[in-house]
Amino acid sequence: MKRLLTLRSIDKHFPGVHALKSVDFELSQGECLALLGENGAGKSTLIKILGGAHSPDSGRIELDGKEVVFQHPTDSLDAGIAVIYQEFNLVPGLSAGENMFLGIEPNDYGWVRREDEMRKAIEILKRIGSIIDPNTRCDELTVAEKQMVEIAKALVRKARILIMDEPSAALTNKEVERLYELVDELKSQGLGIVYVSHRLEEVERLADRAVVLRDGERVGELLRDEMKRNRIIELMVGRPMDSEFPTEAREVGDLRLRARNLSRGSKVKNISLDVRAGEILALTGLVGAGRTETVRLLFGADHRDGGMIELDGKELTIRNPHDAINAGICLLTEDRKEQGLVLGLSVKENFGLPNLGKFSRNGMIDQNEELNRFIHYVESISIKISDPHQLAGKLSGGNQQKVVLAKWLEKNAEILIFDEPTRGIDVGAKFEIYQWMNQLAKQGKGIIMINSELPEVLGMSDRILVLKEGELMGEVANGPGVTQEKLMAMAIGIAEERESKNENS
Amino acid sequence: MKILKKLLSSDYGMLGVLGVLCVFFSLITFENQQPVGRDAADRLLVQIQNQFETPGVAVLAGKGSDDGRDFVSQLEEQLMQEGWKVEAKIAGSPIDLGKALRQAGENKLRVILLACEQSFADLPLVENLKTTSPGLSQMKVLSPDSYGWPNFLKTSNLLNIANQIAVIAIIAIGMTLVIITAGIDLSVGSLIAFSAVICCWLIREWMGGPEATILGMVVASLLAITACGGLGLFSGSMIAYFGVPSFVASLGMMMVASGLAYMISGGLSIYQIPSSFDWLGRGDSFLGIPNAVVLMVLLYVAAHFLMSRTTAGRYVYAVGGNAEAARLSGVPVKKVILWVYACSGMLAGLGGVVMASQFRSGDPKYGLMYELYVIAAVVVGGTSLSGGRGKVFGTLIGAFIIAVIQNGMNLTGVQSYTQKVVLGLVLLAAVLLDMLKKRGWKLSS
Repeated sequence: MKRLLTLRSIDKHFPGVHALKSVDFELSQGECLALLGENGAGKSTLIKILGGAHSPDSGRIELDGKEVVFQHPTDSLDAGIAVIYQEFNLVPGLSAGENMFLGIEPNDYGWVRREDEMRKAIEILKRIGSIIDPNTRCDELTVAEKQMVEIAKALVRKARILIMDEPSAALTNKEVERLYELVDELKSQGLGIVYVSHRLEEVERLADRAVVLRDGERVGELLRDEMKRNRIIELMVGRPMDSEFPTEAREVGDLRLRARNLSRGSKVKNISLDVRAGEILALTGLVGAGRTETVRLLFGADHRDGGMIELDGKELTIRNPHDAINAGICLLTEDRKEQGLVLGLSVKENFGLPNLGKFSRNGMIDQNEELNRFIHYVESISIKISDPHQLAGKLSGGNQQKVVLAKWLEKNAEILIFDEPTRGIDVGAKFEIYQWMNQLAKQGKGIIMINSELPEVLGMSDRILVLKEGELMGEVANGPGVTQEKLMAMAIGIAEERESKNENS
Repeated sequence: MKILKKLLSSDYGMLGVLGVLCVFFSLITFENQQPVGRDAADRLLVQIQNQFETPGVAVLAGKGSDDGRDFVSQLEEQLMQEGWKVEAKIAGSPIDLGKALRQAGENKLRVILLACEQSFADLPLVENLKTTSPGLSQMKVLSPDSYGWPNFLKTSNLLNIANQIAVIAIIAIGMTLVIITAGIDLSVGSLIAFSAVICCWLIREWMGGPEATILGMVVASLLAITACGGLGLFSGSMIAYFGVPSFVASLGMMMVASGLAYMISGGLSIYQIPSSFDWLGRGDSFLGIPNAVVLMVLLYVAAHFLMSRTTAGRYVYAVGGNAEAARLSGVPVKKVILWVYACSGMLAGLGGVVMASQFRSGDPKYGLMYELYVIAAVVVGGTSLSGGRGKVFGTLIGAFIIAVIQNGMNLTGVQSYTQKVVLGLVLLAAVLLDMLKKRGWKLSS
């Protein structure tokens, strides 16, 4: 296999952080290399350096044995390196084909040769096995389709190295399977692929080799036959992991939250659920099953068409999040950057936001009290911050999650809803968050957890509700007999058969 | 360069820019100054004490203006304390001085001092009398020495700057809040006119016109401010509850308020109000500082505390930074938006009252283009148009930067057309600076 890319002792500092410490890295033609590490390990910095978004402080990048310098994203793109970030770079109002050729349209003196463009677009989409019509506007595409367009866009630019940042994070299981096939296909076409992921099972499925980073250092390399879950986790966190989930006995007590016939349009159809004191209830299902929509109704984030919510036997009037929060229902949103935190405010101010009533007299905030309470949580749930006045946007995912948790703990939440609490969070922080969920349950609070990762669902919950297309497909008490396969079968349900029939006809 | 970047990056970085502007205009407006009034009397007294060892008979002369009278009476009081005999004191023309001197000469008095303002000192008339009248032959003529001082830094000029910018600065407080929530309020200029007209119309129609009582004027002013708050509340509700973009909602309100002002006033200026109405706009009841400036300072201090110490202030930043995250944290986002526009409306109303008081009339043509100057002050003061960031005192600095540039150009005789070009460029430079700051001093992101 021909060596495509070599990085030699790449070093990068940011203010206060040594993000990469003399990292070596190499990639060959037709290879899929998994880049692993906890959040903050330096993965994003490394791919941004490859993508030309950052320049390294020192070190060499060699492409085909020749040294290259990337000053700007277009430099690395011209050199044949395409990065597909989690946030796609597509213009929503333009069609798929137009996006693929954006900036390099085939043209005669400014007149775009549309037929030419479309023909090439179809050709390339076919090459990656996609059936997207290049005339479709990008805002009408699903996440998976947008990803396809991004990959096609990279191929239009004759990329030889494709760097994918958590590409499966927002895909459904079926789409993920297609993505795997595509990665295999691209490999066989001779591209080198760098695959960044938190999901260890897909690393086992896809990667020829894995490089593990920890605290900016390359701590190990695993070849295909050495890639065992425990070994990977060990390398990532730097200590052997006995178990991925904390096991602690909890007592399930009285009924706390009782919701009946929650509904909202076609997204949520007559869903009823109960949560008891000390219980962790998992909501699972495929992406788009209506799990987030359901808990948003409990939290008052959306208007519900019908249904009622009771806490400790008292019916609640929940018209907006404010009502829910005051009643003791709190939501830790899946998307912390868009919905959980005000990134331009300091972590302390974010912490204070729902709690200002407690910290203020006649509208004047007692800043000392606020700070003291925040410091209390910084210590008790070990939030890693440089300073309470640090902007929330500067924290890693796990620490952002902890700030959100701290703000609800201070609010004395009785029912805590965790929406994909571990998405985008590294293994070490995951474990801490599980511990916290256990701890809270033990205090008699009710926990609802939305989770797509079935091993997590099985590892953490007492009871599991499976949703599909806004409907409750079934309820399972967690126990030895419950398997991932069983849950998946429920999540896919009868509709899967219908879909496959459609495809056959 | 690094220090410069650091300075400009700090919250009040524009303070440095303001300082540089003040130094610059001080240097180019440096001139010889004639002291006037009490100040002149105090300076002259020191000169007299140096020149004369024993007191004698003196004649004092000043111009027939307020300053002249102040000069003469102050000097008289002080000289009498020192044991001088003041034979005559004139506050009038050279002819009056001539008469008084001749009178003194005829009375055979030995006048040894003529203490006068600069303009009297070199009169040929005085020289003539000295030679012709024996009693005056030993008379020394003293006038306060001139001294070098920048026109820009004269107390009167500085107060003038503050007074000129007071209306814009007051309204800019509200605009800062609006812009921190990532909105914009274009209606404030029209609200100035609306408020001024409503206030004066209420005084004319209901409070007895020129015979209105203080209570009547206060009530009329408060009603005008409330009315503007109501209009602000209306635009706020369009924005918060119906999702109308703030640009459009406030553009609509701008036309509505302007139209209402014309309807109520019939297109004419309303001036049938008591002359004491100018207390707010022209008076100076506190240490010689104009009342409008005192009001402005008080409002800024209050707004600073509001934004940095209170729940409401924190909510404003949160809504501008990320409205959805704020809502999901239990912040009443819609109420905050509503309240912010109501505030902006009320402050514009207050600005209108101040302006009506300055001009002692209400005219629907007031406040034209003021919204743009107000927005400029906020932006120059470092508040980000994308919301979530900004400081109230930054806005005050921004307003002063604009005022100082305008005043400096007036002092140096720059044409008003040129001034507009310069102000426009200053605004662009401020926005550019803000962008650079956000991007960590790189030209492109």
